[in-house]
Amino acid sequence: MSGGVDSSVAAALLARQGHDVIGLSMQLYDQREGQPRFGTCCTIDDLHDARRVAAHIGIPHYIVNFERQFSETVISNFVEEYAAGRTPIPCVHCNGDLKFATLVARAEGLGADFVATGHYARVERDGATGRYLLKRGVDAAKDQSYFLFTLDQAQLAHAMFPVGTLDKAAVRRHARELGLQVAEKHESQEICFVPDGDHAAFLERQGAAAAAGAIRDIDGRVIGRHDGVHRFTVGQRKGLGLSSPIPLYVVGIDAVANTVTVGPRAALEQSELTASGVNWIAGVAPAPGARLTARIRHRHREAPATMTGIEGDTVHVRFDEPQSAVAPGQAAVFYDGDVVLGGGWIAKEI
Amino acid sequence: MRIYFDHNATTPPAPEVIDEVTSRLAAEFGNASSIHYFGQRAKAVLDEARSQVAGLIGAEPSEIVFTSGGTEADNFALRGIADVSAGRLHLLASAIEHEAVLNTLKALGRHGCRTTIIPVDQTGIVRPDALAAVLTDETALVSIMHANNEIGTVQPIAELARIAHARGALVHTDAVQSAGKIPVDVKTLGVDLLSLSAHKFNGPKGAGALWIKRGTRLAAILTGGKHERNRRAGTENVPAIAGFGVAARLARAKLASEGARLAALRNRLEEGILARVPGTAVNGAREPRVPNTTNISFEGVEAESLLIALDLEGVAVSTGSACSSGTLEPSHVLRAMGLPTHRTQNSIRMSLGFGNTEAEVDYVVERLAGVVGKLRSLTRAGR
Repeated sequence: MSGGVDSSVAAALLARQGHDVIGLSMQLYDQREGQPRFGTCCTIDDLHDARRVAAHIGIPHYIVNFERQFSETVISNFVEEYAAGRTPIPCVHCNGDLKFATLVARAEGLGADFVATGHYARVERDGATGRYLLKRGVDAAKDQSYFLFTLDQAQLAHAMFPVGTLDKAAVRRHARELGLQVAEKHESQEICFVPDGDHAAFLERQGAAAAAGAIRDIDGRVIGRHDGVHRFTVGQRKGLGLSSPIPLYVVGIDAVANTVTVGPRAALEQSELTASGVNWIAGVAPAPGARLTARIRHRHREAPATMTGIEGDTVHVRFDEPQSAVAPGQAAVFYDGDVVLGGGWIAKEI
Repeated sequence: MRIYFDHNATTPPAPEVIDEVTSRLAAEFGNASSIHYFGQRAKAVLDEARSQVAGLIGAEPSEIVFTSGGTEADNFALRGIADVSAGRLHLLASAIEHEAVLNTLKALGRHGCRTTIIPVDQTGIVRPDALAAVLTDETALVSIMHANNEIGTVQPIAELARIAHARGALVHTDAVQSAGKIPVDVKTLGVDLLSLSAHKFNGPKGAGALWIKRGTRLAAILTGGKHERNRRAGTENVPAIAGFGVAARLARAKLASEGARLAALRNRLEEGILARVPGTAVNGAREPRVPNTTNISFEGVEAESLLIALDLEGVAVSTGSACSSGTLEPSHVLRAMGLPTHRTQNSIRMSLGFGNTEAEVDYVVERLAGVVGKLRSLTRAGR
């Protein structure tokens, strides 16, 4: 229970359905007065809201301290990925390595059969294969299935997403009907531990080296300097410090050579991608030639594509139309209609 | 079923206390400083409470200054002495003090006082030679708690006070966890200042006292009107203080009998756990200890999980201290005793009180065995 409207309604709906619900909130960083501000999610005020909601719906509520685990899984990965010139998605690790790992283990110790969250996604059992399927939330605008692609069958077997069958308006309506104090609460969009959106400053506080290097154009000519590859993301236009008659975008980051490559918008487009570490949720991997849709970042409108090759947990995919800003480190999640087939991490080389 | 084994955190008010507080709240609204009839009635309530509280610790009523609780009493003692000790600016406290003392000491350290922490041995006792080693001719005050809130060990206050006085230092003891549990007599202890809190022995929250030995110079920390003989400004919380008085009277009357009863219960609990649950050990000296407290470590179990799992079984216990958001930090007390990190994170405190029964103790031993076994099986499964 983050103190937001989604997990609050999830808890309230389950309690109303007669489930024996235990509310848990994760403390992810030091909340003592006077400590440097770290994030906006799960702050003292959010914990206060979560506690009030739990009291209102009449369930026990506890705050579990996952500061160490959050730092070791989510934060360290975030720092390492940027240092390697990739663009990480901390929410995926928070879901797969914390909520549906550490938190599930903790809940199991308390005798719980399931862990429910406020994610906009659905989990269903396939009658024919017996496998648990991850499906997108019915609210296309809020769908969070992209952030859940690493979940395996054991994790999905213990997962519940009560708001996944609702749209946001219905969630707020439920919250009002249930008298939840958080019904009108604003939702956070940014990465919870980088509330001001300045990920470069956060990384530098975490010890990222601000090693200056060259900015090159797509022909390899040095056209500027940068203050560290961790400050850049593929597709980024702002903050390059270049003057150019046409808009320039980051099209590549080479952490080893400490180089950022920029180019015109057209240079951002690519028709193929390679994803590694692929987790096939729905069963065996699709055969080469299979048609699917692929999402390459959270807000990306999935694009039709064809599976062109597969070796172990690495897959190659070709889009019907070129896609812009395929950023290494982000996830490529593959869908068949509403069903998440699986997903992997976008790799550097095509 | 709900079982409350967390009486060192707070206690349920005695029925007599509830009657006293509610009836005084309804009937005695006067300001005890007023000269008229209403003020006199309120003043009479305070006077009676002051006598009762003084009686609990063998003091004179005029030596009792009512405060909002134990934390304020501790602040008053340390800050009040630091304020008047020009020239002697060295303050000492033990490593296992309550945060009310430790954090006040830290604050005074930031304001020009020199502060030193006295270590404890591995049983949680301040050794006289450890105190002697850090005392100086500049030491103004030594603050050592009478009984520890987490492990219950009782410090040799009388001996420590003699050593401190020999170097010209004053002595404060936080008796919040001993008063009402074991005999507390200011003359036997030989101290100069002593803190009390009503809600630790079936009194109401929001009432406490600092006993100040007659003749001790001490500055007020709350300044304003001339309440409490100029030592603590602010209109007295008459109903809570009246309840404090009743709680003190009750505690004094049943001290011997209730102490023996709780010791038997606590020992039954402790022996039951040590016998039924493998991988358990008692933290700290088992004697001298207040009769209601035990602190036990459970190998391979996280205290946070154990605490939550027990609460879901209807059993309320605690660990050392909770931080502002309500999660756990490793106990500074267990750390000061030199216990390894894993033991500071796998230990829980159980503290008994009036109303606890043998049947409850046996139930808790039973539930603990089950819960610990389950948590350990998950840990072994590699989760």
